[in-house]
Amino acid sequence: MPVSAADVQFVRELLQRRAAIQVDETKEYLIEMRLEQLAREVGIASIPDLVRQARGQKTIETRIVEAMTTHETSFFRDLHPFNLLKKEVLPQLVAARQTTRSLTIWSAACSSGQEAYSLSMLILENFPDLARWPVRIIGTDISEQIVAKAREGKFRQLDVNRGLPATLLVKYFEKIGAEWQLKPIVRSLVDFRQMNLLDTWNMPRPDIVFMRNVLIYFDQITKKNILVKLRGLIPKDGALFLGAAETATTIDDKWDRFANENATYYRVRP
Amino acid sequence: MRALVVDDSRATRTILKRALTAQGFEVFEAGDGRQALEELAKTGPVDLALVDWNMPVMTGYELIREVRARKDMDAMAIMMVTTESEATQVQKALEAGANEYVMKPFTDAVLKEKLILLGLA
Ligand SMILES: C[S@@+](CC[C@H](N)C(=O)[O-])C[C@H]1O[C@@H](n2cnc3c(N)ncnc32)[C@H](O)[C@@H]1O
Repeated sequence: MPVSAADVQFVRELLQRRAAIQVDETKEYLIEMRLEQLAREVGIASIPDLVRQARGQKTIETRIVEAMTTHETSFFRDLHPFNLLKKEVLPQLVAARQTTRSLTIWSAACSSGQEAYSLSMLILENFPDLARWPVRIIGTDISEQIVAKAREGKFRQLDVNRGLPATLLVKYFEKIGAEWQLKPIVRSLVDFRQMNLLDTWNMPRPDIVFMRNVLIYFDQITKKNILVKLRGLIPKDGALFLGAAETATTIDDKWDRFANENATYYRVRP
Repeated sequence: MRALVVDDSRATRTILKRALTAQGFEVFEAGDGRQALEELAKTGPVDLALVDWNMPVMTGYELIREVRARKDMDAMAIMMVTTESEATQVQKALEAGANEYVMKPFTDAVLKEKLILLGLA
C-alpha cells in the first residue's frame, strides 16, 4: 500500500521536530515499510488512517517516531573503542579519581542496552576494584519502548551471538527458555532512563561518554548544539567516544582528538 | 590466512566458505572430525578452524579435544559453529579448548564480529 506524498511529508516533519532526525524523500519505501508494520501492531487498518490518528494523538506520534528509528546495536560494537577504554582511558581516570572514588559513564542513545552492559562487563572483568566505588553507567534513549527493553537485560540468541565473547556469555548470562538473561551483578552497575538529546539533560557529570551512531541522524546545527552542551557537562579529563564514522572536531572545533588502538576519543580542549 | 571449515552439511560449509573467502581466507573443508584431522595432516596448522558439534564418525567436540592434546596446533584459533545453544554446552566447548562459539543460525555480521574478537579481521 503506497503512502501519499502528504503522509510522507508529515512523517518527515514529525521526525525532524521530535527527534531532529533527517529522513530524505528517497526513503519513501522505508516510511511505507515501517508504517505498515506499525499499523498492523496497533490494529489500525491502513497507513492513511494511522497518519490521520497521529495528527491528533501524541501516543501514535511517539510510536511513529519509534518505528522510524534505527536501533541497530551490538555488544562491544566496533571492539576497538572498548580496548582503548580498557588500556588507556579508564586507567588514567581511575588514577585521577583516587580521592573522590566515583565514576559516571553515559551511554547516550543506548538502544536496547548492549553498549551499557558491555561497559559494565568490561569494568567487572578488568577493574574489579571499581565495583566497590560508586560506579554508575547511565543509558539513555529517546525511545521509551527500547529503554524498557534495555532495562530487562534479556537478549535473543541472535543478539548474544553478536560481538560478545563466549567467555562472557557463560560468565554473565543465564539462559532462560530461548532467551539469555544478564546476571544481577552486571545489571547493578547500569541504570536506564528515557531522554531526548534535544531536551534538557537531566544528567550527573559523566566522566566518560559513549555517544555513538546517533549524531549521524541529526542536521549540522543539532550536532553542534549537542557537542557544545556536552562541553559544558563533561570534565576536562573526561573522554567522549563517537561512532566509527563520526568526528567531533569537524562539528565543533573545541575538542582535542586522541587516537590509539585503532580507535579515537575526544577531550575538551583546555 | 588459512581456515578449515568442518561441518557435515555441504550447504553450511558453502556459506561459511563464502564468508571466510570474502575476509581473505584460503579455505579448506572437511565433513566430519576424522576428515578434519586428515585434512590438517596435509595442510599443517591453519589459522582458524570453524567446527560444527554434531557430525558422524567424529564430533566437533572430540575433534577439539584431539587437536588441543597436540602441541603443534596451539596457535590455531578454534570456533565452534553449532545449533547447540545451552550455556552448559558453550562452557564445555570452551573448557575443551574452543576460543569462540557461534550458535546457529548466524549472519555474516556475527561471523565478522567473532573474527574481530579473535584478532583475525
Ligand atoms: C543506531 S542506534 C545506536 C545505538 C548505540 N549507541 C550503538 O552505537 O550501538 C541509535 C539510537 O539513537 C536513538 N535516538 C535517535 N534520536 C534520538 C534523540 N533525539 N535522543 C536520544 N536518542 C535518540 C534511537 O532511538 C536509537 O536507539
